[in-house]
Amino acid sequence: MNAADAPLPQEVSLYEVQRKIYPRAVHGWFAAWRWILVWATQIVFYGGPWLQWNGRQAVLFDIAERKFFLFGLVFWPQDVIYLAVLLIVSALSLFLFTTVAGRLWCGYACPQTVYTEIFLWIERAIEGDRNARMRLDRERTGLRKLGLKSAKHAVWLAVALWTGITFVGYFTPIRDLLSTAPGAWESFWALFYGFATYGNAGWMREQVCKYMCPYARFQSAMFDKDTLIITYDAKRGEPRGKGPDRGDCVDCGICVQVCPTGIDIRNGLQYECIGCAACIDGCDRVMEKVGRPKKLIRYSKGRVLRPRVLVYATILGAISAAMAISLYLRVPLKVDVIRDRAAIAREVEGGLIENVYRLQIMNTAEQARAFDINVSGLPGILVWGESITGLPAASSRMVPVRVRAEAAFPPGSHPIQFTVRALGVAGVEVREEAAFIVR
Amino acid sequence: MSEFFSGFWDVYVAVLTVVSIVACAIFLKSQSIQRVSGAAETTGHKWDEDLAEYNNPLPRWWSWLFYITILFSLAYLVLYPGLGSWKGTLGWSQVGQLEEEQELAQKQYGPVYKKFASTEVDALLKLPEALAIGQKLFLNNCAQCHASDGAGSRGFPNLTAGAFQWGRDATTVKATIAEGRTGMMPPFGEALGAEGVKNVAQYVRSLSGLTADSIRVELGKEIFAKTCVACHGAEGKGNAALGAPNLTDKNWLHGSAEAVVIETIAKGRNSQMPAHKHVLDEARIHLLTAYVLSLSK
Repeated sequence: MNAADAPLPQEVSLYEVQRKIYPRAVHGWFAAWRWILVWATQIVFYGGPWLQWNGRQAVLFDIAERKFFLFGLVFWPQDVIYLAVLLIVSALSLFLFTTVAGRLWCGYACPQTVYTEIFLWIERAIEGDRNARMRLDRERTGLRKLGLKSAKHAVWLAVALWTGITFVGYFTPIRDLLSTAPGAWESFWALFYGFATYGNAGWMREQVCKYMCPYARFQSAMFDKDTLIITYDAKRGEPRGKGPDRGDCVDCGICVQVCPTGIDIRNGLQYECIGCAACIDGCDRVMEKVGRPKKLIRYSKGRVLRPRVLVYATILGAISAAMAISLYLRVPLKVDVIRDRAAIAREVEGGLIENVYRLQIMNTAEQARAFDINVSGLPGILVWGESITGLPAASSRMVPVRVRAEAAFPPGSHPIQFTVRALGVAGVEVREEAAFIVR
Repeated sequence: MSEFFSGFWDVYVAVLTVVSIVACAIFLKSQSIQRVSGAAETTGHKWDEDLAEYNNPLPRWWSWLFYITILFSLAYLVLYPGLGSWKGTLGWSQVGQLEEEQELAQKQYGPVYKKFASTEVDALLKLPEALAIGQKLFLNNCAQCHASDGAGSRGFPNLTAGAFQWGRDATTVKATIAEGRTGMMPPFGEALGAEGVKNVAQYVRSLSGLTADSIRVELGKEIFAKTCVACHGAEGKGNAALGAPNLTDKNWLHGSAEAVVIETIAKGRNSQMPAHKHVLDEARIHLLTAYVLSLSK
């Protein structure tokens, strides 16, 4: 372009003032699904800490005691592998769902979406729908406005505080939390989590998805041409407007009004779109009213069964199955063998060689048990002295163990195995490798 | 070295820190607005001749976050040490925090040890919880040499056999742990000659019932009565006051094989039990004493 055409230079701000979005209420097939997921996830979340199991809270992450309780299962820090596998399963599920149907998680089940939906419902119940809210915000501050706004914030804060208390209830038994004065840290986390809920669901809303959430950004990288995304049928819709020579889109703007991120889906796929399908529900109602076929805005059609989906599904299935089998076969007993390092081997009466080990025995069952320690791997090798040790429920103990064998074995290290077995309980047995040194 | 004691580096660091923070603030301000030519929708950057970048501005609250970090750093530098030799208005220091935590731990665990500290060792032997704490202390502090079961190994005494070189009463054991011991067997190789050493070795082995040549035993006995008796006693029963071991029991600190006994007599032995009073406090040594005695009951 030549100099004469060039517009004058101007200053632009690289930061933008947040534009408040007033999403309009929407009803329909996809909105119903979102509400089903809101109910399902929140019944689990708010109800979880109240379940009891064997006289304790069924789901409790006791950080001070370093024990995670999940119904019949008790996880110790040594079980952190399950957490890693759980994260892998979650990540792969996200990959799989995103590849098949785009930002399904974002649109229906993400806590940000779920709490925003709840907070919007409260807002609507108190201040009214989109137009009423916009009018209220333009209104001069008066008794009515103050009353409505403070009522809304009071209800929001109550829900947020209860959410914070419930969250802490997963780490400190919720019944204790409510019956006794909470400690400083419990109070801090309840208030912090509550404040985060209030701030994110009440104030930040789409800002979280647009600017903070990393998943939102990298999910786009998993899209391909077959991924189901929400699209506007421009061929059918354009030119928009009312009249016989126009397309099906009547340009009512409902799809923009219902959008929680404030975009116009008719401009095509945008990074702000969280795939909530509110515009589909909104448009379908309008199409019904004006007597035109539905699905002017719809999920695009794509091939579901394709290599990428199959690969994700296979890996996800394999890892999930492996985790389930491993959990099923898990034994509530852990043993670590630590050889004495300084005292390698000593001669004892009867021409025997003695090695000393420390066995860290962890009874992860919720009952007291007695354990029998046995050793094998060399002919005639045996545990010298008391081989039975009792442990209280969910406790660990370091047990010094002497092992004796003939001095006639060649000098050097010999592989042996310790077997620790719970007395009177079938199948609770752990085998650990160790080395017996003869010199 | 003098520059480390003068105030120069303190000032240098402080100035550098403050200048960096102020520069960040100026940079933030200057970078939030950009002069562009052409339509305002693009950032003005151009690649590959015609590839332009849309201006997708960040929300304004995002820039507040940057300014909050500046305010945070200034507040931090006032409250905490960070600017050269400035100590901070809160008076916080790493050493102070350590001391605070130690005090807290003392408050928390002190009563547990205090309860046992006033109990006699004999009574502690009957308290399983005291012995359980004693075992933990033993595994952490003593098992490296004396082995996890307390039976020691070559050169490190067996605490389970009841043969205590320095005596087995509570006061002595406590002193052994607190002050340490130096065991010294002088070398007799030159004084006795090879034959003499061999004869004494045979005699010493015979004292605890090991096979020995009867002629050498007789010869060794004569030398023993002249040379070794001073420490090990006429009957070879040792002397706890000197730490001279009893030679008539079946406990051999360095080994019972003839060659080993010869080496012990000829070259002597030096053994060291380190003092623990700087590592463990009185109350812990008290519990350890009880645990050590419980090993050989």
